[in-house]
Amino acid sequence: MDIPREKLLAMYELMLKIRHFEGRVRDLFAAGEMPGFVHLYLGEEAVAAGACAALEEDDYITSTHRGHGHIIAKGGDVKRMMAELYGKATGYNKGKGGSMHIAAPSLGILGANGIVGAGLPIATGAGLSARLRGTGRVALCFFGDGASNQGTFHEAVNIASAFDLPVVYVCENNRYGVGTRQCDVRNVEDIADRAVGYGIPGLAVNGNDVIAVYEACREAVERARSGRGPTLIECKTYRWQCHFEGEPDTYRPPEEVAAWKEREPIAPYRAKLLAQGVMSEQEGDAIEKQVIQELDEAVEFARQSPLPEPQTALEDLWA
Amino acid sequence: MRTITYAQAVSEALVEEMRRDPDVVLWGLDVGPYGGAFAATVGLYEEFGPERVIDMPISEAGYTGAGVGAAATGLRPVVELQFSDWITIASDMLVNQAAKMRYMFGGDIAVPMVLRAPVGGYQSAAAQHSQSFESFFSFVPGLKVVLPSTPYDVKGLLKSAIRDDNPVIFFEHKELYETEGEVPEEEYTIPLGEAEVKRSGADVTIVAYSYMVPMSLRAAERLAEEGIDVEVVDLRSVDPIDEETVLSSVKKTHRLVIVQEVWRKCSVSSEIAAIAAEKALYYLDAPILRVTAKDVPSPFSPVLEAFVLPNEEEIIATVKQAVG
Repeated sequence: MDIPREKLLAMYELMLKIRHFEGRVRDLFAAGEMPGFVHLYLGEEAVAAGACAALEEDDYITSTHRGHGHIIAKGGDVKRMMAELYGKATGYNKGKGGSMHIAAPSLGILGANGIVGAGLPIATGAGLSARLRGTGRVALCFFGDGASNQGTFHEAVNIASAFDLPVVYVCENNRYGVGTRQCDVRNVEDIADRAVGYGIPGLAVNGNDVIAVYEACREAVERARSGRGPTLIECKTYRWQCHFEGEPDTYRPPEEVAAWKEREPIAPYRAKLLAQGVMSEQEGDAIEKQVIQELDEAVEFARQSPLPEPQTALEDLWA
Repeated sequence: MRTITYAQAVSEALVEEMRRDPDVVLWGLDVGPYGGAFAATVGLYEEFGPERVIDMPISEAGYTGAGVGAAATGLRPVVELQFSDWITIASDMLVNQAAKMRYMFGGDIAVPMVLRAPVGGYQSAAAQHSQSFESFFSFVPGLKVVLPSTPYDVKGLLKSAIRDDNPVIFFEHKELYETEGEVPEEEYTIPLGEAEVKRSGADVTIVAYSYMVPMSLRAAERLAEEGIDVEVVDLRSVDPIDEETVLSSVKKTHRLVIVQEVWRKCSVSSEIAAIAAEKALYYLDAPILRVTAKDVPSPFSPVLEAFVLPNEEEIIATVKQAVG
């Protein structure tokens, strides 16, 4: 594989950071430390890490209600993310957004989104803007299997394909939309097949294989950046947790969940890096230790941060 | 001073802003060589080309949402809906995205986009091509809503809307596109959120906007012949509302009639009435009265539509009731 060592290690670190971040959030939410509700990305780490590793720093992403992994992979600061989940003044959105709305425009992150399918037109507009302004940037749109059934999917992909816009549509097919098995409400096996209807490349990849995701996205990003238009990439994956934390898992066979946990993305990747001599055991352990320490600090930062002053609720509406 | 039409005022504002700022772009249905369904974008494609004047597929959510994404990443898009009735298809992109992005993100982004859309009835266009949704959108924090009544106001307000760093919905009335008015050739803008007294009077205040302004002015002329001196306040923006101009007029005339083309319930007229009741009740010598559409969809047959929508006679009768 022609992927530089730094990139391989960066993807390993990103996946671990997402895994540990989400593990912390799961536990802290269960302990009642966070308000609201959260949707966790556990099990899907390879999609965000592989896709964002294919982007440049100033490229754009749009994210979803299950967005923590995307934000981390695009360079989000876990301290400010954690503080936002705590509703603190030091969070990315000063406590006004929470889990579903973290954004960091300076990192090209145009926001997680609480409306399923809403990121598709927004990413398309970011691609159109990049084209018209000649910035050379690419917009990568994360969306789920559920969003692929929204009208905005069709409208956005049609517009991007009609104008050859620099957009990469990354569908995270985790098989369930809340509690509905998506294969019961869709008549094709591969969402990627829908690309045919727009005259663009569409491919389905193993979303638990970070290299497969990275390579597919890298090619799509190059294609987009060189003016050859959008690509639809379906990443087949699985969410370990329920739709939201605290939801009883009444709709998934336990053996299905167990089987997908066995096919998890990080341990096999670590084994591969070790086997190929890309990384030593000690290096791998050091990366993980460093990630854990960073998250310890993030939680501490969030806990110690001040709550927003109530009257700041009236700020930030108008530019 | 020269006169131009309301539609020409739209295109002049667009041309001037597109010449001034390369980040201003226009897209929508048939806005290119076709020149727009109401001829408001004639000549723009020829001057600015397909990169800045873009014909979109019929995808209201898609191209409105693209406007949000483009505005969030450095452009100043002007998105045209061919008929404002279709704004319902695009409304998630306006209500849940454009209006909320800045706030949800803690002030860390701006969405400088304008959504232009033709509104209004009186054309036998029936229930899905006659509406005007300013009451819906003025309800939503984070969107400005503008409805000009004259060519002069169109040009000055549209230029301000394009330069505004917030999302602005700009509703143009179909019955006004062909009307003419004086518009200076030199540069000017009109701030959003400033009402204008279009006719000064002493006996009663009419608050109106969009097509109801010329209708109210005609009614006022006829009432003047009967010795009733009507002041007509043109709101121009219904979000933000210029409370000061409304209240100072009410405090002067002591009577308020609100004239609005659209449905009565939970509407802009309800809001104006509430503002007057809260802040000027003791100045009022008569109940606040309203002239609005009846609360049914716009019917097709001219006789039915005329029955449902406000008219001059109804305004005259209501004003007489107020001064009565």
